[in-house]
Amino acid sequence: MPIQTMKGALRALLLVAIFFAGVWSHSSGLIDDFLWYLPDVQYLMGEHLWLTAVSGSLAIAVAIPLGILLSRPSMARWAESLMQVLNVGTTIPTLAVLALSMSFLGIGTVPAVFGLFVATLLPITRNTYAGLKGVNPALMEAAAGIGMSPTQRLFKVELPNALYVIFAGMRTALTINVGTVPLAFLIGAGGLGELIFTGIDLYDPVMMLAGAIPTALLAIVVDAVIAFIAFVVVPRGVNPARA
Amino acid sequence: MIELDNLTKVFDTPKGAVVAADHISMEVPPGEICILLGPSGCGKTTTLKMINRIVKPTSGKVFIDGDDTTGMDTQTLRRNIGYVIQQIGLFPNMTIEENITIVPRLLGWDRAKYRERARELMAMIALEPDAFLKRYPSELSGGQQQRIGVARALAADPPVMLMDEPFGAIDPINRAVIQDEFLKMQQALKKTIMFVSHDIDEAIKMGDRIAVFREGKLVQYSAPDDLLAAPKDSFVESFLGEDRALKRLNLVKVRDIVTDEIGTVSPGDTLENALTRIDDFGYQNSILMVNDHRQPAGIVNRSVTRTTKGYCRDHFQAVPAMIGLDDDLRKAASLMFAHDTTWLPCVDEDGKVCGQITQRAMTRHLGARFRARQGNAQNPDIAIKE
Repeated sequence: MPIQTMKGALRALLLVAIFFAGVWSHSSGLIDDFLWYLPDVQYLMGEHLWLTAVSGSLAIAVAIPLGILLSRPSMARWAESLMQVLNVGTTIPTLAVLALSMSFLGIGTVPAVFGLFVATLLPITRNTYAGLKGVNPALMEAAAGIGMSPTQRLFKVELPNALYVIFAGMRTALTINVGTVPLAFLIGAGGLGELIFTGIDLYDPVMMLAGAIPTALLAIVVDAVIAFIAFVVVPRGVNPARA
Repeated sequence: MIELDNLTKVFDTPKGAVVAADHISMEVPPGEICILLGPSGCGKTTTLKMINRIVKPTSGKVFIDGDDTTGMDTQTLRRNIGYVIQQIGLFPNMTIEENITIVPRLLGWDRAKYRERARELMAMIALEPDAFLKRYPSELSGGQQQRIGVARALAADPPVMLMDEPFGAIDPINRAVIQDEFLKMQQALKKTIMFVSHDIDEAIKMGDRIAVFREGKLVQYSAPDDLLAAPKDSFVESFLGEDRALKRLNLVKVRDIVTDEIGTVSPGDTLENALTRIDDFGYQNSILMVNDHRQPAGIVNRSVTRTTKGYCRDHFQAVPAMIGLDDDLRKAASLMFAHDTTWLPCVDEDGKVCGQITQRAMTRHLGARFRARQGNAQNPDIAIKE
């Protein structure tokens, strides 16, 4: 009972704090300052999402088939070493990847998309591979034993059972992608990074936050959207969220 | 019918070649269950899996219903063989209905037909279709899951089934229930079944024939009773266990050794009369009293008849135990031990007395086969035919 009361009190306190924060930010003109950036935020958010969408869908389109390919029995001999290469690749900081891709592709959208693509590719490939390899061997034996062809086994048994893990990989990768796009500004590709980095350079916290807060919100929204797609798409019997 | 002809599997391991199955030749007649029995690593599972090519044979042939399967397409071959594994292997992403109709769907049945089949199968395994078809495997108990596993294997009505320790992961109580259900189904379905087990009791219960494996070789292939009565060598003997004579009790029905002749008295007889009958029949301690419908009503003790005067109806004890004609000798022995008695009255389906079974008759029946074998120690096959 005392814990319940304390929780209630805390919640009330929090609400009061939020209310006064709102009152203060309005009276100090902070909200108006932010609103002044609204057209910029809208435009840059579009650019930001476009970069994520292009690099993300390219990455998904390449990573899932790559993960499937690596998980095939005929690839078993090379798969583990290739996955090691990919794992090492993941440890390279995204900024370094962007810098590298700029040194080959110059500045602008193309090197940015390429850099983001590489950074997003790895987690999805890794999860696709791990998800497929993690499918219970008994299922594979049963599937083979009742006469499914290798393709039928892949589409009817392996992929549905690995789907949740694959979606987890996409969530991680695309959330990281959204959070990395601001760096693309540094090689001239636009996005909300423009407000963040300019804000830092001009020592203008409002401008910086006008870029940072929408970036954070975008990451959360993208994560939630993919989680929702996974909830709908992954079959109920293998979906922990619907168990 | 399943026929194996010199089926051999050699595994190449870093330590050199290992012969997992060495020239296995055997035949399972149509409609029979053949149990492949042996300790782990003896080659029984390898042999089973070579039939549907989960393990690719090194050499040798498999015939199903007389057809050589060597040239057959692997997928087609497998769709015509029911396959049940210990880990069950239901697809967790599919509903129960999708799971059991998977082979019919692979074979391209139309929707109405396979849905109808799903309901039929559920009825066969005694699970309510409406309650289960739309559920997922994870929502079912282990026993229910394995019933579904069996139903899936039966879905396209294959003539042949392979079962790899199908009931091994189920708790003993449920296992016995599922085994009984399966045997009942098999009586109607008459599939030709190969069944891997490492459990001698399961083998005796389920098998029409038992093939004992050791280190990749088929050591003995006989009917359960023959196997228990005449193990071919010391390995089979030790694998069957020292109580193998007792295990045979499971295989013999009371019907087989019951004697029709049983002396009885009726409630109206005098005790003097009862004593005469006890002595006439040569009973040691007591005689059975039956009512007008020849149902057992009580036991009259010899000591009472010698010391007391009167009628049986006033001086009897309750019947300690009786046994049905279709019970096995194991139950008979158990009842005898529990009630410290050397005989049991046998009753038919209507509860009428139809004979008796004595400890002497049981031991004589079991012993006959052992004595026959000792008399022909050089050639156990002759003993088997006796």
